[in-house]
Amino acid sequence: MTMRTRYAGWTVVHLIVLTSALFPVLWILSLSLKTSGDVADGRLIPKSFSFDNYFGKTGIFKQSIFTDALVNSVVIASIATVISVVLASMAAYAIARLEFPGKRLILTSALAIAMFPPISIVGPLFNLWRDLGLFDTKAGLVIPYMTFTLPLAIYTLSAFFRDIPWELEHAAQMDGATPGQAFRKVILPLAAPGIFTTAILVFIFAWNDFVFAISLTSTGNAQTVPAAISQFTGASQFTAPIGSIAAAAVVVTIPIIIVVLFFQRRIVAGLTAGAVKG
Amino acid sequence: MSSIKLKDVTKRYGDGYEAVKHLDLDIEDGEFMILVGPSGCGKSTALRMVAGLEDISEGDLEIGGRRVNDKAPKDRDIAMVFQNYALYPHMTVRENMGFALKLAKVDEAEIKRKVDEAAKTLDLTEHLERKPANLSGGQRQRVAMGRAIVREPAAFLMDEPLSNLDAKLRVQMRTEVSRIQQSLGVTTIYVTHDQTEAMTLGDRVAVMRAGVLQQVDTPRELYEHPVNLFVAGFIGSPAMNFFPAHVDGETLKLPMGEVPLPDGLRKGLESSGAAGELIAGLRPGDMEDAAIVDERHRDEGHVFEADIELVEAMGSESYAYFKLEGAAAQADELAELAAETGVADLGGGRDARVTARLSAESDIRSGTKAKLWMNTARLHLFNPQDGAAIGR
Repeated sequence: MTMRTRYAGWTVVHLIVLTSALFPVLWILSLSLKTSGDVADGRLIPKSFSFDNYFGKTGIFKQSIFTDALVNSVVIASIATVISVVLASMAAYAIARLEFPGKRLILTSALAIAMFPPISIVGPLFNLWRDLGLFDTKAGLVIPYMTFTLPLAIYTLSAFFRDIPWELEHAAQMDGATPGQAFRKVILPLAAPGIFTTAILVFIFAWNDFVFAISLTSTGNAQTVPAAISQFTGASQFTAPIGSIAAAAVVVTIPIIIVVLFFQRRIVAGLTAGAVKG
Repeated sequence: MSSIKLKDVTKRYGDGYEAVKHLDLDIEDGEFMILVGPSGCGKSTALRMVAGLEDISEGDLEIGGRRVNDKAPKDRDIAMVFQNYALYPHMTVRENMGFALKLAKVDEAEIKRKVDEAAKTLDLTEHLERKPANLSGGQRQRVAMGRAIVREPAAFLMDEPLSNLDAKLRVQMRTEVSRIQQSLGVTTIYVTHDQTEAMTLGDRVAVMRAGVLQQVDTPRELYEHPVNLFVAGFIGSPAMNFFPAHVDGETLKLPMGEVPLPDGLRKGLESSGAAGELIAGLRPGDMEDAAIVDERHRDEGHVFEADIELVEAMGSESYAYFKLEGAAAQADELAELAAETGVADLGGGRDARVTARLSAESDIRSGTKAKLWMNTARLHLFNPQDGAAIGR
């Protein structure tokens, strides 16, 4: 095979992958911009563009079920991310730097938790949460999100910490830093790319979750967007809320895109370059 | 500035392995002490115990007369330069150098003054606002030095600070380190595996092997009067030649002939009670082309014939290599030295390989038979069982 045909072959493969990934997104976007009469016309490019599904009289931003859910999503996902990353970075630091009895046990049990399918614990959790008064509260979602993302966060972060030369902490200690100061002023800034990566993963997990959200909430008190979308109703009992669902889907995608783009700037490769000679 | 005393210091790990065994070392105020030895000899561990990065299992460590075993590194008032520099990559050179002062809550203006001053000494002024990633190896090394200097600590600890530099820069920085230490007069402990660095830098040199201190002395004493085979073989470049020797009354039988027993050695032999099979050592510089040694000296030494395998001309001098067949000296310490230096035939093999340093005027060529002269007064004798030097 010549270089040219190989290049062409790869281009085709890339195009197929890109199309299959992006076409549904385009389709949802197109659906959300159609008027209710055109929804079923099967065209990718709408006959007429309308923002009624977003801002119209019955648009999603006029429905409290959606706006409440959006606020809940942001609050719950952010809190879960912050707590998870803070706890995970402390745990990962200990795992990367210290030898202590039970270290292996912690890592394996963390992995075991990560392998647990959420659906298998959501039933018991439902009963437990109702007894504890956590059902339909924000904390009731933050806790499982945190639990399920911690193992992954610990794994990613301990890999990052392990890559930071130990000498840097020793140097900080010699410079008069307490272990806490060494961690905050030297290790954390260097682990920033790892921390942002982990934060994105945790945030996306919490933001996208449907199983916990639909099972552990019932009202606008704690319902997140994926759960709320499933409760959308049409304008009448004979119309499906296709337009609203599409618009909501587009709206929930935006924060993820923003988060990834925002943090990507921080994920600067080779931040540690020059610290030590390779 | 302070003295540092290690009293019977031992480092034992959880699995019972002893990295440093009963180390006694007195470092005087302002002294430049070198810890040298092959890798794994415990020299870095010893340094890290002084720094406070490793716990001391047994014994006492005193800095400036105070016992500091249980003090955290930050309370010991010492600065350390690491092998890989350990610069903070997210900070500029200025921030790197001022970090310790900032932690100590020194005020901004004072930090700036001290950093500027240190930067001037180290020729780093124009690099102060750059990040370590944008500096060359030599510059990074100087920043690491600068970080230690600005604190004006009681002592400097340096863990192979030059080993990451290329050969030419290393020689340059070696002079620099020496100059800085002398002008500041700060007590310094410097760890290296490079015996040339040890010989050129130190006021005194401590040679370690397998966690045990072998000898502490000035570089000259170490070179001229090594206490055992290990020190003899480790110090000096090219290394000392070893071959078997047999004492028979007043004569010493060597593979290159019989020589009268030198006076110094005779007394030593009597007092040590060693006899029979011994190991003889002779530095390459204590041999010469017999043709250019004047007659008076020639008679004091011993002239022998050797099949020269190779002559390397270095310009100012040349090295001649030859073999003494079936005459390899055998001792554990030699085997270890050989493994360390990668010269497999220093102790192993059946033939003793000998290096002689000749003056540049010598006409000896590779692949010829030549007459060489050896200075018998400079012979060293060692006990093959424990490696101890005899009569020095």
